[in-house]
Amino acid sequence: MSYLTLDRVSHYYFSKKQYTEALHNISFFVRKNEFVSLLGPSGCGKSTLLSLISGMLQPAEGEILINGEKMEISDIEIGYMLQQDYLFPWKTIIDNVLIGPKIRKRQTGELKQKAISLLKEVGLENVAEKYPSELSGGMRQRAALIRTLITEPEILLLDEPFSALDFQTKLKLEVLVSDLLKAYQKTAVLVTHDIGEAISMSDRIILMSSHPGRVAKMYEVPVELRDESPFLVRKHPKYGRLFDKIWADLNQQNQTVNPLEENES
Amino acid sequence: MNGPKLFAAYQQKLRREAKIVLTWQLSILVLFFAFWEVASRLYWIDPLLFSSPSRVFISIWDRLVQGSLLGHIQVTLLETILGFLIGTIAGIVIASMLWSFHRFAKVMDPYLVVFNAMPKVALGPILIVALGPGYLSIIAMGFIISVIVTTLVVFAAFHEVDQNYLKVLRSFEATKWQCFKEAVFPASLPAIISTLKVNVGLSWVGVIVGEYLVSKQGLGYLIIYGFQVFDFTLVMSSLVIIAILAAIMYKTVEKIEQMLIRK
Repeated sequence: MSYLTLDRVSHYYFSKKQYTEALHNISFFVRKNEFVSLLGPSGCGKSTLLSLISGMLQPAEGEILINGEKMEISDIEIGYMLQQDYLFPWKTIIDNVLIGPKIRKRQTGELKQKAISLLKEVGLENVAEKYPSELSGGMRQRAALIRTLITEPEILLLDEPFSALDFQTKLKLEVLVSDLLKAYQKTAVLVTHDIGEAISMSDRIILMSSHPGRVAKMYEVPVELRDESPFLVRKHPKYGRLFDKIWADLNQQNQTVNPLEENES
Repeated sequence: MNGPKLFAAYQQKLRREAKIVLTWQLSILVLFFAFWEVASRLYWIDPLLFSSPSRVFISIWDRLVQGSLLGHIQVTLLETILGFLIGTIAGIVIASMLWSFHRFAKVMDPYLVVFNAMPKVALGPILIVALGPGYLSIIAMGFIISVIVTTLVVFAAFHEVDQNYLKVLRSFEATKWQCFKEAVFPASLPAIISTLKVNVGLSWVGVIVGEYLVSKQGLGYLIIYGFQVFDFTLVMSSLVIIAILAAIMYKTVEKIEQMLIRK
């Protein structure tokens, strides 16, 4: 059953002198509670795709459906997490976490309690009254995660949220996010250029090619890997096999990109 | 083990450094006034033109005792603070409007550039004709000299706010006003404070020039009056007072900055 559907979505960027096609005829779907990764080189329009799904951008062509409804009329909550934490430096951690409810004018005492218990869950209960500058990168990204989760989004969009972190912190955060998403049964779309991250977190991987961005290939992650924690997945023999396959496809893509474009025009 | 000892030594070094700097600062001040006094007494400089510290201080003291000086100070200070506040606040408000209405900003651009490049002091006579020879035109002078540069600097600061902060807010469906209130304005606060500091100096320029042109009262008036009756001790006294007041005002802004901005 498809929950989030992209139907022949294309998107363009305009500048004074020219236009570029950022996304070309993208179609895929995501099931409920599924974790899908969009994997691809930089410039393949991954982030644009997330902006489209979040509703911040409108697709130039094609349709995006959530639960069978058009984006604009759907009232399903979507959470968005960026590459860096982008916590507001002039707000305390707790105020940062509660910015979503504040914007929506739904601030309540209960919600504050919930924020505190969520912060506790990720080990930040002692820094709730501190400012972001007093926290490490990993802690800040965890706070940003709670800021995204507090509004209880059904769909979570993750735009390379681990890429600015050191390797150890990144692994820990992957485990945390993966556990939280399973516990709260969320649907998630992760954008990444890290093959290992994609395999270890997702149920399905969509490989994209660039100029313009389009869906190149799709991989089902073996069942054995899906419920494993991201740390253990990396040690599984099937992890290596899938990694090699994706690696080979990525390399091949680089070689064939130019002839493909010529054929089409 | 050596931690506390080394830390104590480090702190002592800091204190020593601060002391040395202060000593130098005071020495320069004392030397300046001493040299001025001596130069004037020994006729290295013409005491009639350049006066001397002792005469300046006696003149200030006399006028304070008579009570005439306080009135002048009050008038100038009030005009300056009003010009400063109105200019700064109006600048911030205009910048906010430019930020909210993109097309308005594009339309206004050439006018702002021309008005900014123009020497505002040259508008003095027109202000006096329009607003009458009184406080109003002097305050307007203090206002007009700071408002455009405030607008430009603050507008630029609004523009430089990291778009990703806005993206975060938009993902919660924030309105434009909410984006401004939660991200754009607080992120621009450091830039706004630094224009405050520049404006302190600018509004003094505006007000003093304004007083040159029209007033019957104020420190600018005292300077022009002293110049006309060839009482340069009066001119120097006014300058000393202006220097002190401007410094106090600047320090106040700095205190406000410390209150508003966390490190």
